[in-house]
Amino acid sequence: MGWLRHQRYLLDFIIASLLRRKGKNLGLLLVYSLIVFMLASVMLFTHALKREMGQVLQASPEIILQRIEAGRHALIPADYLRKIGRLRGVTARKGRLWGYFYDPAVRANYTLMVAPERRLADSEVIIGSAIARTRGIGPGDYLTFRAHDGEAYSFRVRELLASDTELFSADLVLMSERAFRVSQGVAEGWYTDIVLSVSNPLELAKIAEKLTLRLPDTRPILREEILRTYDSIFSWRQGILFVLLLGAILAFVIFAWDKASGLSAEERREIGILKAVGWETGDVLRMKFWEGAILSLMAFLLGYLLAYLHVFHASASLFEPVLKGWAVLYPAFRLTPVIDGLQVATLFFFSVFPYVVATIIPIWQVSVTDPDAVMR
Amino acid sequence: MRIVLENVHKVFNQGRPNAHEAIRGVSLSIEPNRVTCLKGASGSGKSTLLSMIGCLSRPTAGRIHLGERLLSGLPERFLTDIRRHTFGFIFQQFNLISGLSVLENIMLPAYPLAPDHRQLTATASALLDRFGLAHKARNPVQWLSGGEAQRVAICRALINDPRILIADEPTANLDTRLSRDFMEQIRRLRESGRTVLITSHDPVVFDSPVVERVIELCDGQVVGG
Ligand SMILES: Nc1ncnc2c1ncn2[C@@H]1O[C@H](COP(=O)(O)OP(=O)(O)O)[C@@H](O)[C@H]1O
Ligand SMILES: [Mg+2]
Repeated sequence: MGWLRHQRYLLDFIIASLLRRKGKNLGLLLVYSLIVFMLASVMLFTHALKREMGQVLQASPEIILQRIEAGRHALIPADYLRKIGRLRGVTARKGRLWGYFYDPAVRANYTLMVAPERRLADSEVIIGSAIARTRGIGPGDYLTFRAHDGEAYSFRVRELLASDTELFSADLVLMSERAFRVSQGVAEGWYTDIVLSVSNPLELAKIAEKLTLRLPDTRPILREEILRTYDSIFSWRQGILFVLLLGAILAFVIFAWDKASGLSAEERREIGILKAVGWETGDVLRMKFWEGAILSLMAFLLGYLLAYLHVFHASASLFEPVLKGWAVLYPAFRLTPVIDGLQVATLFFFSVFPYVVATIIPIWQVSVTDPDAVMR
Repeated sequence: MRIVLENVHKVFNQGRPNAHEAIRGVSLSIEPNRVTCLKGASGSGKSTLLSMIGCLSRPTAGRIHLGERLLSGLPERFLTDIRRHTFGFIFQQFNLISGLSVLENIMLPAYPLAPDHRQLTATASALLDRFGLAHKARNPVQWLSGGEAQRVAICRALINDPRILIADEPTANLDTRLSRDFMEQIRRLRESGRTVLITSHDPVVFDSPVVERVIELCDGQVVGG
């Protein structure tokens, strides 16, 4: 009971003292929250993105077979599907048609793709919502291309791709096989690549080896490798963001350190007064601890909450300039909110803990000295 | 409680080239329920002596008894405990914490004792009433005049109902009229059965009829009283 009351009195005093330096403490809270916000945004964003990507790739074929000509990806003849021959473990195989199209009107690359399962008429397309946004078109409107031979082709937009897959479909244009071949100049009997489905992942390496033996001018790409590549691309981008943040963090550390080492004369005097009127060293320490803890906890909660809203409700729009590099049409995606406990703990540890420690160290030095300083 | 000093010494910066012996062998006995004044020129060691008696610092050598207890040699925790139960302090610069209200300032010394909040507020309000400050309770202390700040400092010194009141040059920042008022308040405190210990080189204080005993200090030694 007495202990509780004691803490309440301390808290009363702390709140009163936080309030009487309103400007300074608000500024501190702001800077602090901002840094937590940036860090948390990067963490939440990359984490969610990686997860999303993993899920999408999980649904993609196990092996992609590309033909290589002069060390570059080239079209693959349809009869390679037959030439592959019988391969134990391969459950399905099919040729794919896809490519890129540069649209000078919006100065962006689209990804063109043939989607037989959509049963598109030759004059119809389905487009990703980023294209719809940048071109300002919707279902029923027409999208016009200049084809490889200089002819202009108009396609009616049948529908937009569902936006929950937008991360990967933002720049996608789906069309029929005939429309693709005619507009892109890919002759019958050729595909962009071949995909193979394999049910047992243990057989992948064996199958890949056989493929290179039977079709020496091809290169099999395993899904595993794609996952790894994406992973490293994202780690790399995350790295850039972290370097940028490092500057901010450094500023904060200096700031905290300054606060730590430079107890103002005013604060020193107050601690002296408190000790003289009967506060114990422990009381002063607890008071300063709570002061730092309250401030940093508030900053942490505020920063994290803002980061959550930023990443999951505002499409991480502040990161656009950095992350956009991998697709000119920046997707307005909705990431599935995921919060990783370990990540929260890490962030908490690196933001709240150092600040609280930094505020306590110098005060300890002051509070163990004799309180008779107030007599002078 | 009688305060007894036996051959007390205080050396600042001991062992260093700038070592300075501020108190050189003071032996004294201060009677309870009296108003005693430590008189002396600036730098004579009044504040130093007072802070040792008030458990704010320790003597370098010698003993200080407070009633039955021997103060010198007690660990910090006990000194703090004695300080907040036994002594009330009025400092020369008032030493109020600016930004906090008058009421909050007065209640500060009670926080570590964690009394019932309503009771504490009542005690503080009663004190403010007694010193004619009730209407200022919610004001921040930096708005107060010198005389008001002095009275708030007295209220703060009394909040834990201490037996002994210690005032270091309490009138240094007051004009003559306010100094006389202050001595009048001291008289009333004395009547309520407290021991009062004042340092001063102000004649309004040491020539006041309220003061029952004057001890004169010079260069860290007792020269009279
Ligand atoms: N912390 C300290 N360090 C060094 N010298 C001190 C310290 N405190 C006081 N002194 C010296 O001790 C002497 C007595 O000081 P003090 O007790 O404050 O005198 P008074 O209160 O009578 O004016 C002075 O010469 C002062 O300079
Ligand atoms: Mg003095």
